[in-house]
Amino acid sequence: MSTPFPSALLEQFDAIRRRYPPEMKTSLVLPLLHCVQDAQGHVTEADAVTIAGYIGMPAIQVVEALTWYSMFDREPQGRYVIKVCRNIACSLRGSERVVAHLQKKLGIGVGETTADGRFTLRTVECLASCGTAPAMQVNRTYHEQLDEAKLDRILEALP
Amino acid sequence: MNGTVFQTFPITATSHTLGEYRARGGYAGLGQALREWTPAQVGERAKASGLQGRGGAGFMTGLKWEFVSKDAPVVYLCCNIDEGEPGTFKDRWILEHSPHQLIEGMLIASYALRVRHAFAYIRGEFDLPLRRLEAALQEAYAAGLVGENILGSGFSCDIVVHRGAGAYVCGEESSLINSLEGKKGFPRNKPPFPAVRGLYQKPTVVNNVETLATVPWIMVHGPEAYAAIGVKKSPGTRLFGVSGHVERPGLFERPTGYPLAQLIHEDAGGILGGRKLKAVIPGGSSTPILTAAEIETVTLDPESMTRAGSMVGSGAVIVIAEGTCMVRLLQVLSRFYAHESCGQCTPCREGTDWMNRILERVIAGQGTPADLATLRRLPTGIQGNTVCALGDAASMPVASFMKKFGEEFEHYVTHGRSVHDGRLAP
Repeated sequence: MSTPFPSALLEQFDAIRRRYPPEMKTSLVLPLLHCVQDAQGHVTEADAVTIAGYIGMPAIQVVEALTWYSMFDREPQGRYVIKVCRNIACSLRGSERVVAHLQKKLGIGVGETTADGRFTLRTVECLASCGTAPAMQVNRTYHEQLDEAKLDRILEALP
Repeated sequence: MNGTVFQTFPITATSHTLGEYRARGGYAGLGQALREWTPAQVGERAKASGLQGRGGAGFMTGLKWEFVSKDAPVVYLCCNIDEGEPGTFKDRWILEHSPHQLIEGMLIASYALRVRHAFAYIRGEFDLPLRRLEAALQEAYAAGLVGENILGSGFSCDIVVHRGAGAYVCGEESSLINSLEGKKGFPRNKPPFPAVRGLYQKPTVVNNVETLATVPWIMVHGPEAYAAIGVKKSPGTRLFGVSGHVERPGLFERPTGYPLAQLIHEDAGGILGGRKLKAVIPGGSSTPILTAAEIETVTLDPESMTRAGSMVGSGAVIVIAEGTCMVRLLQVLSRFYAHESCGQCTPCREGTDWMNRILERVIAGQGTPADLATLRRLPTGIQGNTVCALGDAASMPVASFMKKFGEEFEHYVTHGRSVHDGRLAP
């Protein structure tokens, strides 16, 4: 059930394709999935099928990658996806307090999205911010050395 | 700034740019290699330096290069920027503050290995490191340092940045290769090793960021100079990351053989809030934990660390203060490994999940003595029975925490609560 992509996105696909040697066409799977997710906020199974058609490879292989890698969201997310690291170094520096504060402030649990669609709260594994723990990402942006006051400032500064 | 290879310059708003890298002597190693030495001679120099891989396994870099057939028509180089071993944040520092050093190292390695296309496989979450790398590549292409006929030498090499998508296991080299081919990141059985059959079945070398970024220094200063730093069997400097309960967490470039206690108590400012040291995970979350007494005489080199019963790993020193609940801390790690097991091998897929579920039960106050017996037994069923080292990595913390802090686990099961207040952060 393939859906066509807008031509602007296909131009980006072409630009990505030119970066790889032609014999490496299946290497396009992750970059193109990222490209679609960056453009529309999530990437569906139907998108994966369309990507497979563009590359010229079996759709099942693209769907398999879509479902195996943890960074691809198959459903729409909040406008701001907050990803709090909960691994060892962040735990030792207060990530549990960070999660608790965000839950209270946003009124949602981990894995949930606010009713207005503004925030999705998640926990993730190590972000390589161990020396500046505790850390989180808001969409792509890293925020580090967090405490309650800093969290309030970060949330208030979001447009 | 008292580093040798990396931390040699003050970090400013522009210290990562091509102009400033060149002002520090950057790209001289590449120029010299292309002008003065054959690919084989560059490989010889890398080997003679004694440089070992900085990703965690510590394999001899020059030897890894030597395994690639000199007659292979196509050879690939992959730089492993899938930095994800909990506790580790050094590769990120290199990309953010000295990205050209990595690019130069990749080009020298590509010349030695006769690589036409090199890949920078960067973990998908990275933001600033990715932007810095892409900006640096643009500068380097514009300056004729990457691409066709580099510096007029006749040597051509392109560097392609490839983003991962959130999978710890893709830091394992054969898993990284599968991921770069667009597949699930399942590790491959070895042999054949990637140097024989890697990316698209072609000979492939996968090297860590810190490893490759060290190569330019070796070209300029000579392999003897590098081999003279630190301990003889594992020479050079390393970027040690100190995290957890210390006053000044951070990254410290130190020679191998540097005392672990000095790194923690002096460089990192000692234990947070003046508490006492309880334990140290010395080389990334997968390495066996050491007690405060055990680290007193340990130095940061493979020999000393093996004697102490652990590993230097990725140089990630995680410090734990007195009063921390080791049961809850182990569950944090077990949850991580259960989440990251790729699912290919049954012992790891089932075993990591089993260990995590038992620990969840224990910290909920519902564990039994039989649970602890199972927890002690599980690592022996996983270790050595899987395609890659993730199963071992998940098992070592469980085995070492239970061995060294067993009484805390017994207490938790007997009383249904932690012997401490259960908090992980002060």
